[in-house]
Parts: sequence; structure tokens; C-alpha cells
Amino acid sequence: MSLELAKITIAGENSVIVYFSERPCSRTSSLIASTAKLLQTNLSDKLIDLVPSYTSLLVVYDVLLIDYLTIKTEIQTVISNSSDKPLTTGNRIELPVYYSLETGPDLQRLAEHAKLTIDDVIAIHQQTEYTVYAMGFAPGFAYLGETDEKISMPRLATPRTIVPRGAVGIADRQTAIYPAESPGGWNLIGQCPSLMFNPSKVPSTLVEVGDRVRFKAISRDQFIQLGGTNNSASSAIQ
Amino acid sequence: MTGLKVINPGMYSLIQDGGRQGFHNIGITTGGPFDRYSFGWANKLCNNLDYAACLEILVGGLVLESSISTQIAVTGADVPIKINAKSVAGWSTHNIAVGDRISIGYATAGCRSYLAVAGGIQCPLIFGSASTVKREKLGGLTKDGQALAQGDLIPCNTSQENTSRTVAQQYRPQFSQDTTEIRLILGYQYSQFDPSQLHLLFNNEYTISQQSDRMGYRLEGPAISYSQSEMLSEGICLGAIQITADGQPIILLCDRQTIGGYPKLGSVFSPDIDKLAQLMPGRKICFKAIDLKQAQVLLRQSAQ
Repeated sequence: MSLELAKITIAGENSVIVYFSERPCSRTSSLIASTAKLLQTNLSDKLIDLVPSYTSLLVVYDVLLIDYLTIKTEIQTVISNSSDKPLTTGNRIELPVYYSLETGPDLQRLAEHAKLTIDDVIAIHQQTEYTVYAMGFAPGFAYLGETDEKISMPRLATPRTIVPRGAVGIADRQTAIYPAESPGGWNLIGQCPSLMFNPSKVPSTLVEVGDRVRFKAISRDQFIQLGGTNNSASSAIQ
Repeated sequence: MTGLKVINPGMYSLIQDGGRQGFHNIGITTGGPFDRYSFGWANKLCNNLDYAACLEILVGGLVLESSISTQIAVTGADVPIKINAKSVAGWSTHNIAVGDRISIGYATAGCRSYLAVAGGIQCPLIFGSASTVKREKLGGLTKDGQALAQGDLIPCNTSQENTSRTVAQQYRPQFSQDTTEIRLILGYQYSQFDPSQLHLLFNNEYTISQQSDRMGYRLEGPAISYSQSEMLSEGICLGAIQITADGQPIILLCDRQTIGGYPKLGSVFSPDIDKLAQLMPGRKICFKAIDLKQAQVLLRQSAQ
């Protein structure tokens, strides 16, 4: 990643946004994660918040402790120092998924759309190692990319009012797990019994931006053993 | 447990402290008081820490009964305040005895008031804050994002504090029915907008729509067009002004989503977010650009 590509733009009275590349990729995500960690170390109390996303990092700072020109220089220094260091690759996490018509109400439609069998869709979803590109929409909601083009599908025209916790969805070339019951428009193909967001635990999320995720198919029995419930499974169908 | 019992929660009353910082990276928003200026004064009047938990009362209708002797102060919107049958002044401290009833009537100007209690509300914290964010199911009395409800007990400690304090008139916000000028710092994608579109924004009035809340204020006015087709989601700072597909601006506020994929023109200068907090749907605003350097100088001056 060349330094020339990192562009620092004003976002607000106490924030700048750093753009690292044009397109998201695992290397950009690693660079963003590394930069965020270094800024945290170098500036600690001068920082209020950091928001990593696909190709950018929003830096919110305390204007009483540091001004715009100084933070801009600090960020440039951190990026130029990190570009010749090995990047953090992030944690590798395997998440269990119970793929089924019971937990994946859009599995049949997605297979038809992709002109594949349901088993193919499930196999292809597990073949890719995904990068956590961004977190947002809800606490612990991780945007994972990129899904194989063969199983990409646009969001539902009308979002569901209730998607159960743990539902695994596909939207275009992204996939995600709903960390809590919420409305949502992604195509649901299965359900993960793991708690993606648990406010009473530290850390509260299973993944962070820059981590790598793989999915592994489990049976209905394993799903229930791991804490997945029939109730939440059947509510996916409604 | 002692404190203030909720006899009537009013239209919509929330516990708010300084807000949640440092968790945007996992998708947790800030929350916190919408009008930080009035919130700050409520705590100062009660000799509290700057970010002690207070009540943010939308419009009014709140009735509390105290099981402790303490002091309270109400700032923000112009609201009738009663302690038992007696009317008392806003922006001042009042002594409260065991059994006293505190009633906040409906706002006659502005729309959000802040009620501070000496020592602050003793609320459990989640992610370092008591701030209530309904959408995230975080904060408040039970840490799950609930607004105040009838029968709730707001935990507070007895206070011996009885110094009388009042905020001088010159420091209180002036409410008027005129169009409110909102200063903004140009940023994000603003250079990708055609100058004619920025001209539209700066030379027209926008009306605050009915679909406005602590997450964002939707505006209605001349549509701002742009040609950019697709954008990757990116971090959203407080006050960011995003332009949706229909060309209408949305100002993203304290309960905003942490990332989003609409182009943004920049962000509202935070002292003017305090002004927005006091504007109900239907009120008109206009925009004026402010230079970043000047904005930061003003922020440092006001912190002194």
C-alpha cells in the first residue's frame, strides 16, 4: 500500500477521515486495523473514537488537546511508519452455521437465482475466507466480504420486520450474521448459534475489523447443543 | 433503594450522561444529551461532575415523587416547573424534601429540558455510560435502552447540598420562532457536489420533517442532486449532513448509526446541534459555512 493513496479529509469540527484505497481488499483492511492500533498507542487520550470501515478510518479527536494540522501530521507519520512494517493480519475465526430451509428462508430462492443446487450454495458459502470489512448498523454487526460472485444476490425489495439473532445473510457480495433480533433485508441462508454481541463480556464482539472468518456447516443437533434454539430457528420462517 | 419515583413519565424521558465513547469500532453509537449546553448547566447548578447522569425530557409531562431530601435543577426548554403546588423557576437550584412532587409541564418554547439531581442519578453503566439508546437496547435504568416508565425508581442519594444557584439570563438560550441559522463545516464528499448544488443548500430554508428524532433530523427543502453512483459505507461523525437518494439532507445526531453509505457535505458545528435539539418538526433552519480553524478556536474559547 503506497502512502500516496492515503488521503486525509476533514469530516467535522473534531474529525478527519482517512481514505486508504479505492476498493476494499484484505490488505487495505489490515492496513486500516494496523493504523488504528498505532494511533491508539501514540495518541491515546487525544482520541475520542476510531471508526474503521471498508477503505477508510474516521478519526474523532479532542480539539482541546490537539488541533487539525497536528493530528493530520500524526496520522501521516503513523501511516508512513506502518507501510514498511508487517501488517497485523487479524484473528482467524471459524463460525458454525446450521444451513437449512428451516433457518434459511431464502436458501431456495437464492439457489434458483444462482442456478445452483442448495447444497452448492452452502458449499460455496463455506469455501471463502472472508475479511471483516466494517462493523455497524447495530452493535456487533460485521460486514464480511467478499462472497463468491456465484452466490451474490441483491437485498430483499421489502425488508423483513423481524430477523432472528444469529441469522446468516447474503446481500450482493457481502455476508453477515445478525447479532440481535432486528429488522433486515438480507437473504437468509442459515443460522449461527454463537453470540456475536454480548454486552456483559469483554470483548463484547467475536470479531473486529481486519479479522478473517470462515463458516463451517453444522447439523441441527449441533446447532441446538451450541445454544441455538428451535424458537429462533422457526421464527426465521415467519 | 432511594430516589425519585416516576408517577408519570411524560411524553418521552430518558436518562443521559456524557455518552458512550470509544466503541464506534464495534458499531455502538454515542448517545448522550442532545442539547449538551443545557445538560452541562443542569449539572453545574447541582454542583455535579460535568457528565453526571440527568433526565432528558422531551416536551414535558413528567411527574416525580422524591423519597429523599436533595436539590434539583431544570434547564433547557421553557417549561412550567412545580414543586408540589408551587411554581418555581428554571435554570436555578431548588431544595427537595422527602415526599415532594416535582412536575414538569409542557414546553412553551424549545422542546428538551434537563433535570439534574445533586450527586447525579446513580444508574448502572453499560459500555461506560448510562445513556439510553433505544435502537441499540443499551443504557437507562435497566441497561436495555428503555425510556422512563410509570412506577420506575430513579436511584439518587440524599444530599445535604442547599446552596442556591441560578444561571444569569445572558447565558440562557434565547428561543425565537424565526429561522435558525445552523453553521456547518464543509467536509467529506462536498467537493464532489456541483457548486450549484451547494448554492441551493446555502441559499434556501429547510424544514425539519416529522420523521426526526435523536438519530437524525430529516429536512425538507430544495433537493440537492449528485451524480456519484455508489459509495462504500464509512464512519459518520456527530452532525454529519448526508444527502439521500431523493436529494433531501439528513443531519445525523447523537443516536446516529456509526457507518453509512450516503455522500455527506460536512458536519454541523456542535454548538448549533444544541440549537437543533430545541427545534420541533416544522421549524425552519438555514445553513452557513464556518471555517474549521475558526470552529476549533471557538470550541477552545467556550471550554475555558
